[in-house]
Amino acid sequence: MANGGSRGRRSGRARSGGTALAGPLRDVAGDAGHTGHPPRMGFFTDTSVCIGCKACEVACKEWNAVPGTGLGLTGMSYDNTGGLGADTWRHVAFVEQRKPLGGQETGAGHDGTDVFEAARRLGTDAASPGPGATAPTAAAAPPAAPAGEPPPAPDGRTELRWLMSSDVCKHCTHAACLDVCPTGSLFRTEFGTVVVQEDVCNGCGYCVPACPYGVIDQRAGDGRAWKCTLCYDRLGAGMEPACAKACPTDSIQFGPVDELRERARQRVARLHAAGVTEARLYGADEDDGVGGDGAFFLLLDEPEVYGLPPDPVVTTRDLPNMWRHAAAGALTLVALAAAGFAGARRSRP
Amino acid sequence: MSGPGDAGRGGGTDGTDGTDGAGGARAGRRRGARGEQPVVPRAEFREFSSYYGRPVLKRPTWQATDIAGYLWLGGLAGASSLAGAGAHATGRRQTARVLKSGAAGAISLSLAALVHDLGRPARFLNMLRVVKPTSPMNLGSWLLAGYAPLTFAAAASELSGRLARAGAAATASAAVLGPAVTTYTAVLLADTAVPSWHEGYRELPFVFAGSAATAAAGLGLLAAPCAVSGPMRRLAGAGAALEAVALRRMKRRMGLVAEPYERGSAGRLMRTAQTLGLGGAALALTAGRRSRAAAAVSGVALLTGSALLRFGVFHAGVASAEDPRYTVLPQRERMAARGDGTSGRSPAAGPGGAGGPGGGTGRRGAD
Ligand code: SF4
Ligand code: SF4
Ligand code: SF4
Repeated sequence: MANGGSRGRRSGRARSGGTALAGPLRDVAGDAGHTGHPPRMGFFTDTSVCIGCKACEVACKEWNAVPGTGLGLTGMSYDNTGGLGADTWRHVAFVEQRKPLGGQETGAGHDGTDVFEAARRLGTDAASPGPGATAPTAAAAPPAAPAGEPPPAPDGRTELRWLMSSDVCKHCTHAACLDVCPTGSLFRTEFGTVVVQEDVCNGCGYCVPACPYGVIDQRAGDGRAWKCTLCYDRLGAGMEPACAKACPTDSIQFGPVDELRERARQRVARLHAAGVTEARLYGADEDDGVGGDGAFFLLLDEPEVYGLPPDPVVTTRDLPNMWRHAAAGALTLVALAAAGFAGARRSRP
Repeated sequence: MSGPGDAGRGGGTDGTDGTDGAGGARAGRRRGARGEQPVVPRAEFREFSSYYGRPVLKRPTWQATDIAGYLWLGGLAGASSLAGAGAHATGRRQTARVLKSGAAGAISLSLAALVHDLGRPARFLNMLRVVKPTSPMNLGSWLLAGYAPLTFAAAASELSGRLARAGAAATASAAVLGPAVTTYTAVLLADTAVPSWHEGYRELPFVFAGSAATAAAGLGLLAAPCAVSGPMRRLAGAGAALEAVALRRMKRRMGLVAEPYERGSAGRLMRTAQTLGLGGAALALTAGRRSRAAAAVSGVALLTGSALLRFGVFHAGVASAEDPRYTVLPQRERMAARGDGTSGRSPAAGPGGAGGPGGGTGRRGAD
């Protein structure tokens, strides 16, 4: 694995010692030994247009026959799924923030309104029209904020911003789960994605703490590790993954990773131009700690707000160094034992 | 931190999600109680955002008894093979017999623990369907596949007194592989995203080597008459010293993620392990020279201490994976040190909240 990529076309940048354990990698599938393979496929999840409908979660469960996780209320906004795991391969995060929407103000603040008072007066005066009416009179409406400025707010923090983001396995360029899997159950497909072979996995669980994003997990009662396959079966049949197919807003976009990255950069530029300055890409940079993600995101806040690590690194990047230290530790042990016996007299049996 | 009550703000950038105050209080209590010098620079003041306080990483699914037990028994076996070969070479028959059979027994139990921990134990042999240098568990399986039979052969020959020449060869070969068996387990843990394991990858093999040396010496001390136990006593002393020094260096280097080694149940295990290790070694080097009983007590202390150390390391890692601060804060500091405030390549300034580019504090002293 470590040197299996000698024939892959590789970018010469940021590569030290000819190891493919970290750094940018142009031909991911080729590095894994595939020849004549299709382009690397992946997801661009544009969270700025996600509406939190969870169609992706449902479609994934349906197509892949992923077991249910039961009904539980987490108290985490509309997120009752919790996070990715063996039985959740798409997870929609809901983040509620007390801050104005960047460049997306409605201009209609409701902060001065006591809803209970309004309800009591429902239909009894002009400012509180009954059912059927759609707008308060001009006099009763709160003053609209000037365009581009946050609505009036005495304490400066009355607007609610709702961030929604559909998380998924990142199909890392350098996937720690795959690197550490002792059975070869996890493998790199011809599409450059990372997939578990369930007939091989022996449930050793090594991939679970190895993933820097906390994606893959062991399924209770089954013992094996499960995660998103990027719908390997559908890809093989020329179809797009179920979640991308189901997403009504194109928040989840599927395609060749190179194209998606270009599209994502344009989208960020457009959002910045529109005043959404906090838009940023996550996982699209092939110089990052995992060599870039096959499934990357457009976020509207820091990654950790969505439960993502801000600067993930594939653990195997340091593996050669780890082995060196382990060898030195072993030699030290030999030295200790040798020293212990060195001064000893030969004992008579 | 993650209770439903503050769910609304837990995920927000404005969410200084309560960990700061709590962390500070915890630290104060802990250090006050023992009055020891804090090895860990305080980073409690750092604010950070998380998704409702949920961990970023997945908790290792390994069972503590299985995997910490595996680490301990593997270390005990490896170092016992080495010490057993030394005893063999210097004619310490009684000691050699116990160490060689101890190695065979320990490695058998450790393999049993490893298989028991698998989600699909029947597929254990899938570990050997590939040779994969990037997987420490795979290389470890191959190592054990070579090492375990050698310990059986060495012990069988020693106990039966037959095939002495082959027995000596097996003893020597097991002594060559034993140290690798002892320290590869440090790579096994370090080659994960678990902060308190990964960040210790430089020193952890030395910690495990020292700890395994004390365990093997402890086993030897249970068996050896005082007149011939000199090597075991010296091994105990050297092992305990190596363990203590390496551990201290490791925690210094790790900075924030050394905290789990000092807190909660992991902290208690680590402290007890160190007390037993150093105390056992001191007893062996003093009263253990003359008194067989004292040597036996120190042997038990050393074996126990070595086991507790593995459990301490195990639980510290699990604790570090379960708390998002140990994942997020070091990564944030790394980014700040690079002068890289935001995540992507987008130049967007972070929103005013915590965790933004402005949130970076100075680097840790230990870095
Ligand atoms: S390391 Fe994690 S995110 Fe990357 S491919 Fe593996 S499971 Fe997916
Ligand atoms: S649990 Fe399965 S997929 Fe994960 S590392 Fe072990 S064998 Fe590989
Ligand atoms: S990603 Fe698409 S399908 Fe999923 S919740 Fe958002 S809008 Fe709905």
